[in-house]
Amino acid sequence: MGAQLRLLRRRIRSVKSTAKITRAQELIASSRIIKAQQRMVAAVPYEREITRAVSAVLSNTAEVDHPLTVAKQQPANAGVLIVTSDRGFAGGFNANILREAEALAGHLRGRGVEVKPFVVGRKGIGWHRFRSREMSGEWSGFSDNPLYSHAKDIADSLVGAFVDENGIDEIHVVYTRFVSMLTQEVQVTRILPLEVEETTEEPAEGPLPYYEFEPTAGEVLNQLLPRYIESRIFNALLQSAASEHASRRRAMKSATDNANDLIRTFTQKMNQVRQAEITQEISEIVGGANALADASAGKE
Amino acid sequence: MAKLRIGVVSPEREIWSGEADMVIAKTVDGEIGIMPNHAPVLGVLVEGGVLRVKRADGGDIVAAVHGGFISVADNNVSVLAETAELGSEVNVAAARDALQRALASVEADGEDTEAQVEAKRARARLRAAGEEV
Repeated sequence: MGAQLRLLRRRIRSVKSTAKITRAQELIASSRIIKAQQRMVAAVPYEREITRAVSAVLSNTAEVDHPLTVAKQQPANAGVLIVTSDRGFAGGFNANILREAEALAGHLRGRGVEVKPFVVGRKGIGWHRFRSREMSGEWSGFSDNPLYSHAKDIADSLVGAFVDENGIDEIHVVYTRFVSMLTQEVQVTRILPLEVEETTEEPAEGPLPYYEFEPTAGEVLNQLLPRYIESRIFNALLQSAASEHASRRRAMKSATDNANDLIRTFTQKMNQVRQAEITQEISEIVGGANALADASAGKE
Repeated sequence: MAKLRIGVVSPEREIWSGEADMVIAKTVDGEIGIMPNHAPVLGVLVEGGVLRVKRADGGDIVAAVHGGFISVADNNVSVLAETAELGSEVNVAAARDALQRALASVEADGEDTEAQVEAKRARARLRAAGEEV
């Protein structure tokens, strides 16, 4: 009996210390979500302006002929940028991303396209290493707080590989979009080649004015498109960082809740066992006393 | 007279926004001055340039702008900089230090283009802060 009591006490102690850790992780993640969200909001003006500038150039030049907008008839290689996190403890965050990336890879292979993974985040890199799959690029160490320079690095090597004749012909990005604190969804988008939409529809804010370019429209486009790609990748990194914190918070919250449930069940069980022990001791004492009383009554 | 609405943004944050009477920026073709009712322009900015925003009231705004674009349409001026810093935010001592280091590496290796760009940036930051370089 005493052994069971000790066992339960030990389990309660261990679950309590786990709950302390998960609770701390939950609080840290909650405070970081807010920061990550603010950074997402801070990046919005730049994204809006650069998108506007790109559409301005494209609508002003009669014929768009830029290496980054040219789609190959028969693409042979596709780069897939997979944005995962550096640390685990985030529920299904990385599993969801990698599953979606696998689905995309399967789809691409079905079209006869070779897939070249570019991986961001230690978890994704580990996943590929474990399966000894070759990666064309890997970056890690900034998944929870990406800077623009990181996005620039990634964009540089992706655009480099894209422009290279023997490189890749398409670039897809798999990342987690931050919809709200409670919802994040995996998003798959193609960022290169850029799709130039020819519409006759008027844009919402009225027709774009006729721009003059310094120095030339071609040169501006040359400078603008890589920046646009960078900003798209930066956006993906920021969204992914916010999503990472949000799913870590959720995972840690349910872990803490489960731990508290366990503690409650174990405590009840422990009290039951202790009570049973006391009852037994009492009945033993009463029984012993009765036996003694009977024995001494018999003597007289 | 009409005013210009100006937004200076970098990928990580909005640096400054407000109204002004004139903007002077340095594009790869040379300096460009924008006043109200300017024709729409989209220009590529030079690495390590200084952006001046002239305001009749409240004084001028000076910022060091590294790379990026300026786009003007309908009295809206947006400056998209890869990195930018307001003159009042520049840490002069750090910028001087960076300039010294960059110049030293340029002297050691004349082909070191990265250091040359770094020197340009440091100069722009110092000029934005109102220092003589």
